[in-house]
Amino acid sequence: MQQNYWTPNIETAPVHEIKSLQSLRLSQTVRKVYANVAYFRNRMDEMGVTPDDIRSVDDLSKLPFTVKQDLRDNYPFGMFAVPMDEIVRIHASSGTTGKQTVVGYTQNDVDVWKEIIARALVAAGGNAKDFVHIAYGYGLFTGGLGMHYGAEAMKASVIPVSTGNTQRQIQIMLDYGSTILCSTPSYALYLGETLKEMGVDKSQLKLKAGIFGAEPWTEQMRKEIENLLGIKAYDIYGLSEVMGPGVSFECSEQTGMHINEDHFIAEIIDPETGKQLPEGEQGELVFTAITKEALPLIRYRTRDIATLTREKCSCGRTFIKMTKPCGRTDDMLIIRGVNVFPSQVESVLLSLGQTAPHYMLIVDRVDNLDTLEIQVEMSESMFSDAVRHIEEQERRIRAAVESTLGIAAKVRLVEPKSIQRSEGKAKRVIDKRKI
Amino acid sequence: MFIKQLSVFVENKPGRLSEISTILEQHKIDIRALSIADTTDFGILRLIVNNPDQAEKSLKEAGFAVSLTQVIAIGIDDKPGGLAKALNLLYNANIGVEYMYAFVSRKGEKAYVILRLEDNEKAVEMFKQNGVELLECTDIYSL
Repeated sequence: MQQNYWTPNIETAPVHEIKSLQSLRLSQTVRKVYANVAYFRNRMDEMGVTPDDIRSVDDLSKLPFTVKQDLRDNYPFGMFAVPMDEIVRIHASSGTTGKQTVVGYTQNDVDVWKEIIARALVAAGGNAKDFVHIAYGYGLFTGGLGMHYGAEAMKASVIPVSTGNTQRQIQIMLDYGSTILCSTPSYALYLGETLKEMGVDKSQLKLKAGIFGAEPWTEQMRKEIENLLGIKAYDIYGLSEVMGPGVSFECSEQTGMHINEDHFIAEIIDPETGKQLPEGEQGELVFTAITKEALPLIRYRTRDIATLTREKCSCGRTFIKMTKPCGRTDDMLIIRGVNVFPSQVESVLLSLGQTAPHYMLIVDRVDNLDTLEIQVEMSESMFSDAVRHIEEQERRIRAAVESTLGIAAKVRLVEPKSIQRSEGKAKRVIDKRKI
Repeated sequence: MFIKQLSVFVENKPGRLSEISTILEQHKIDIRALSIADTTDFGILRLIVNNPDQAEKSLKEAGFAVSLTQVIAIGIDDKPGGLAKALNLLYNANIGVEYMYAFVSRKGEKAYVILRLEDNEKAVEMFKQNGVELLECTDIYSL
């Protein structure tokens, strides 16, 4: 099979060259961040580390970690390393409670982002002749606009269809001749099912490949998507704090995702001790962004559990590969591609005047679409003898939950003490999805 | 003048009503009237009992969400037009009905209507002026 690269010199560079590039960029980044981000400078000073101590990737472990809470504490722009007039784009994702995690990009950051997305598209067989159908949400979520700019950079014809109205999406695929689909894997499955319901045969579509990410999925789902849509399905990984989609991407071998190592340094650590783990061991994935200007996070703890390997890949790329994340070190859920923390629901209930709310999130997948039901125990303050007052409470909770989480949820009021109490850490989630 | 009604939150799942009635039985509470308002996921059981305070305490102890609400009870003639007469009075006085339920007396001449109104005080005054029989707590608890 012929291999295609967007940036062949870098994607197939000898490992020692990549390492020396990383070392150079790391020391430059640390210097810049130390000079421009007070929070980071204080952390380094506390640890007695100076930028001069960071000369190569081997010095990485001397640096402090960054966690999501740090972004929240410095909400919205406190971690930015450049003045706001250099920021050309802002995205955001859910934080662990009410506040979002806000990320910024300079023009150069956007250009780098385009480049890494173009690499992913080309690795999936894309080129300028393709019609790239982007069914990720557009907006503050990085999925839609991230893929969009990358596909444009590859000079493809971009169809920014966004989410929803599935029948119309299929009509567009038929009429415009979409060749590459970008969406969450669960939406791809849903599209496939809808195709069947509409009586459209997959051979009527021009689709050849799909790039799917923003939520966990299995090899089983990959096979189903490939069958339903008659395509090859590729995985893509990313998180807004580090860049957005494209931090790593799958090649034709489909045995893991190549990390764009000229822009990001990956580590695996023991989530308990914070110690670096050797290649091949499973642990928490940590990224350092070494070319980002606006938000160059140092040793950002993703909370995703994965493994790194640098075996020779048949695609010719020398970038290290990561496995699909196989879990989380926190209680974050990904529902319809959106990050959801149970604590967000708690903060909503507290803001509505509930003291010590008892609640449970029930996540399921019905017809390939994720569903979220939030059970809330009826409290004395919420109870009324009139149905409409109780339904009004339900509506208020639902509206507040939806605006905080950014996804629709069903709210169900249940009897007091009917949600199981646990000793120690409360169990807040029942995830019935088989992923 | 006002009567205490017990309201209980009941999830729509098997066995809830039987549990509530068993608890009431254990505390020797006699039910005078009941109604249930149901939605897809839950219902509100409304009860008039002979000892509302004890019933509230017992159900709370058993973990139910319970409240006591003031309602009014009127006596009407148990014959065609009896209810219409009372409701017309409310309509003419522009008093909205939140909910209501009725039961007949053992003696067979009177029916009783439990009313939860937008404005209970105003309704009581209005019923009095129009000579409608208003039941006292003692009347209804001992019916």
